Amino acid sequence: MKAELEQLLKRAKSDIEVARNLKALDDMRIKYLGKKGEVTNILKGMKDVAPEDRPAMGKMVNDVRETIEVMLENYKEEKKALEIKEKLAAESIDVTMPSKQLVRGHKHPLNVALDEVKDIFIGMGYKIAEGPEVDTVYHNFDALNAPIDHPSRSLSDTFYITEDILLRTQTSPIQVRTMKQQKPPIKIIAPGRCFRNDEIDATHSPMFHQIEGLVVDKNITMADLNGTLDMFAKRLFGAQTRTKFRPHYFPFTEPSAEVDVSCFKCGGEGCRFCSGSGWIEILGCGMVHPNVLAECGIDPEVYSGFAFGMGLDRIVMMKYEIDDIRILFENDIRFIKQF
Amino acid sequence: MKVPVLWMKDYVDINDIDEKTLIEKLILTGSNNEGTHKGAAALENVVVGHITEIKQHANADKLSICQVDTGDEVLQIVTGATNIRVNDYVPVAKHGAVIADGIKIKKGKLRGEVSNGMLCSLEEMGYEKSCIPKAFDDGIFILDKPYPLGMNILEALNIDETVIEFEITPNRPDCLSVIGMAREVAASFDRKTQYPKGVIKSETGDAHDYATVEVTAPDLCPRYVARIVRNIEIKPSPVWMQFRLMHAGMRPINNIVDITNYVMLEYGQPIHAFDLDTVSDHKIIVRRAEPNEVLTTLDDKARALNEDILVIADTKKSVGIAGIMGGGNTEISPSTKNILIEVATFDKSNIRKSSKELGLRTEASSRYEKGVSVSLPPIVVNRVCELIELLGAGEVIGGMIDVYPEKREATEIPFRPEVINNVNGTNLTLDEMIEILQKLEIETVMKADIPTAVIPYYRLDLEKEIDLVEEVARIYGYDNIGKTLPAFDAWGAKTNAQRIEDIAKLELIASGVDEILTYSFVSKKDLDKINLSEDSILRNQVTLINPLGEEYSCMRSTLMPNVLEVLARNSNRKIENARIYEMGSVFLPKELPVKQLPIEKKMLTIGCYGEHEDFFTLKGIVENVLGGLGITGFLFEKEANHPTFHSGRCANIIWDNHILGTLGEVHPIVCENYDLSTRAYVADLDFNILLQITNEERKFKAIPKHPAVERDIAILVKDEITSYEVEKIVKETAGVLLESVKMFDVYKGKQIPDGYKSVAYALIFRADDRTLVDDEVNVIFENVLKVLSSELDAQLR
Repeated sequence: MKAELEQLLKRAKSDIEVARNLKALDDMRIKYLGKKGEVTNILKGMKDVAPEDRPAMGKMVNDVRETIEVMLENYKEEKKALEIKEKLAAESIDVTMPSKQLVRGHKHPLNVALDEVKDIFIGMGYKIAEGPEVDTVYHNFDALNAPIDHPSRSLSDTFYITEDILLRTQTSPIQVRTMKQQKPPIKIIAPGRCFRNDEIDATHSPMFHQIEGLVVDKNITMADLNGTLDMFAKRLFGAQTRTKFRPHYFPFTEPSAEVDVSCFKCGGEGCRFCSGSGWIEILGCGMVHPNVLAECGIDPEVYSGFAFGMGLDRIVMMKYEIDDIRILFENDIRFIKQF
Repeated sequence: MKVPVLWMKDYVDINDIDEKTLIEKLILTGSNNEGTHKGAAALENVVVGHITEIKQHANADKLSICQVDTGDEVLQIVTGATNIRVNDYVPVAKHGAVIADGIKIKKGKLRGEVSNGMLCSLEEMGYEKSCIPKAFDDGIFILDKPYPLGMNILEALNIDETVIEFEITPNRPDCLSVIGMAREVAASFDRKTQYPKGVIKSETGDAHDYATVEVTAPDLCPRYVARIVRNIEIKPSPVWMQFRLMHAGMRPINNIVDITNYVMLEYGQPIHAFDLDTVSDHKIIVRRAEPNEVLTTLDDKARALNEDILVIADTKKSVGIAGIMGGGNTEISPSTKNILIEVATFDKSNIRKSSKELGLRTEASSRYEKGVSVSLPPIVVNRVCELIELLGAGEVIGGMIDVYPEKREATEIPFRPEVINNVNGTNLTLDEMIEILQKLEIETVMKADIPTAVIPYYRLDLEKEIDLVEEVARIYGYDNIGKTLPAFDAWGAKTNAQRIEDIAKLELIASGVDEILTYSFVSKKDLDKINLSEDSILRNQVTLINPLGEEYSCMRSTLMPNVLEVLARNSNRKIENARIYEMGSVFLPKELPVKQLPIEKKMLTIGCYGEHEDFFTLKGIVENVLGGLGITGFLFEKEANHPTFHSGRCANIIWDNHILGTLGEVHPIVCENYDLSTRAYVADLDFNILLQITNEERKFKAIPKHPAVERDIAILVKDEITSYEVEKIVKETAGVLLESVKMFDVYKGKQIPDGYKSVAYALIFRADDRTLVDDEVNVIFENVLKVLSSELDAQLR
């Protein structure tokens, strides 16, 4: 019987080794360890074994059973790993093939940039004011201290609906409306469409976008204006950005300034974007003129304020290196999908 | 303003300051740089030469052969010039020279004759044709006198000069002058401005004996000053003056005209010289033009005048348009003997108006319309006479005619130092402020203990305390003012409406829709293109008085044409599919003609085309937007009468009896109007209403714990039965255990009778508190079938 067991173990071993897959292994388990399997059959022969030999023989049979079980288990794991490996190998793909097209929309670049500007100012405590695109001559010019014979008021500069109603040429009328409706402190930015009687070409558009800012309270100073715009420029163009305030003239502010930022393409070394100067003009600003405050019902002896304004289209064109303003309003979706 | 630097140095000593420092400092004190160039080109090896011989070229009629002595050698030069003579001193570009535009000169042969260089014209020396004196217009520049032979031409003539172009803001007309800029330089570098003395050494007689002046329109001519010069000798002005004029961009004419232009550039005060002998009765009358009066101006053009235009006249005729241009009839000519020099102040608005009306803008008018000080004329007229005497151009007659009825007092502005500091955010003492103002020639006096600034006559822009605030700030330096942030508490935020807009846009972007921005002004024809009826309310449009063209002539009353145009543009560019939206204002007049501001209403218009687009993809986008805004309970109601849309494929979106918008397939005729060769779909939503009914409240609903039971149903119904009607009955009949009902198939064709369709729905039942059993669901399901059959005549398939 012992010899029989040894024979059996030997056969089982070679059978298991040649089993090609999990199914074959399972067949082997049934063949040797199943209810009618060979090991079971040997156990059935125990009744012919002398009673004193039975414990030893029983142990021997059990050892063989365990050995086969362990062998089966080991081979099974090996086979499974192998089978998974083969499956994965067969399913290999070319990962450089194109992706499946997911549909997603894109914001217009002007609004992408506007969102960025809004975020910066909201972070600095500003609210966003809005106003009508069609506004009065009073809000657009008179209240802003614009001289009555200023050329910007002419039909060749401004679109008129009636003698008193026009398409706003700047977002400043929003400032006027805000000051008339709200007592200081005021801290707003006012973005929006503006219109000027310019023929359409690569650098001119009769419709464009401005963002203006206005802060009015007690003790607002030119230093506050410098600090605010310097921080804004650093947030929008990068921490290394420097600003230069140049005295300038606007009827609605005094003192007035134009602000240059160090060129964000070359860092100020001079390149074709900044025409070699290292500086790019981005906005106009100043302390709100006392005449304007007074006209809006705010006592200039008590309050002061600053205002600034910039052209969004120009900033977008510089930022994305767009050389023709017309493409902004053509709305070719191959253009919009780039942003 | 073009400022030749050497010229400016006549009035301010800045020899220790290099040009780069000069330019950068002036930018910071308010005179922005608009460019810098040299008066002449960057000439190399162009020297003074003396023509010793001129011979005709044997093989070329139009060429001559010159021998030119350049000191160390005599060069043979072949030239086509005809204005040269033996003994002339000329600029010579030697072999290896560089002239204007970087052109290199090499020796060579011209028709067999050696030419070792070139004689130069002013153009070749780098001057604009428009600035070159007529005498040298078309030939070699002949020097006025002998200069050291072989000397660099720029050095010999002392014309190696930088010209700085400054941007002058409209409030500073005083800076439209070399002295004005010298003053800015002096203030910026704390120097003192040295003014010309304007002293005439010898003068005889009295101007009043030679001419009289009457001003009949003192409102338009507050001051008229005149002096007389006799025995004029008209000749070219000296070389130094000619080159300064050329560097400033003006063409030299003759000594008298050049002096008037020179002094105008010096002070910014226009000057005119009349040939006194052509002025009838030697009397100048400043008056309004007569109706239909015509005057031929210096440029030989007849100008029709009217009573709004101020003229200078004599007793018989007008002799000039005041402040704009003189008349041809009294022009200085080579034979002129006696002149009257006019230096006057004219009303700036009137000059601007007249200049515009006549379409005539001159150096004089552009200065007058910005404002010229009434104190300038006596100073300037004396300076002109000083130069006339200096240049030996004539005999200056003593005395000055000065018609100046209303004397102007110097402006005085009391100021509070604390206001200057408070606005600027500075901490200057009164003494420091006084010192800064002094740099600007503004003296401060104490009047009743209040510091009071006495404004120099030329600073017409300084009227109020705030003007002094700016003067102190810019000279102190904006970059010396600190950088702080406003000190008050404020929280930044978007308004609800702005946030809701953002949410809607996010939904659109997530739904694959690209954002477009189009013009607010459109063509009137747009409404025809979208098929709108003649009586549509949208035909009431806000129109522009002065549009760029018909295409942009009125404010849009709907965004649909704009969206369709962009769809068409993309489609015609062979882009296979597009989904776009615009959120923007439309303009609806409150009355016509427009008297008050129109209503501006925000619209959201979505459009799409492409292989996978149809009514239902667009409907899905609309549902995403409405869903994102938390709007529920809206219905799509068929709309068969909207002229822009396909009558069978259009719906209104209804919410509580309000129309939120309309969507549908675009009518084929409208597509044709836009040259759109594909089906397109448009949704037009009233965003103002959406804003009002947006609901941002959300309440958590538990994730179901119990399994659902699903039942499919397929029924045969008449064609006209809508999916909405079926769903409504299913929902009402099935009650609370019905979780959802969704159509998954519509079939018409074989086995379906005409006029009928087979529709299939998936019904999902679920209870929150237990697992449903089949029997329970079967009862409900049977009941649903029964009601469908009785209400809609539906047959189970």
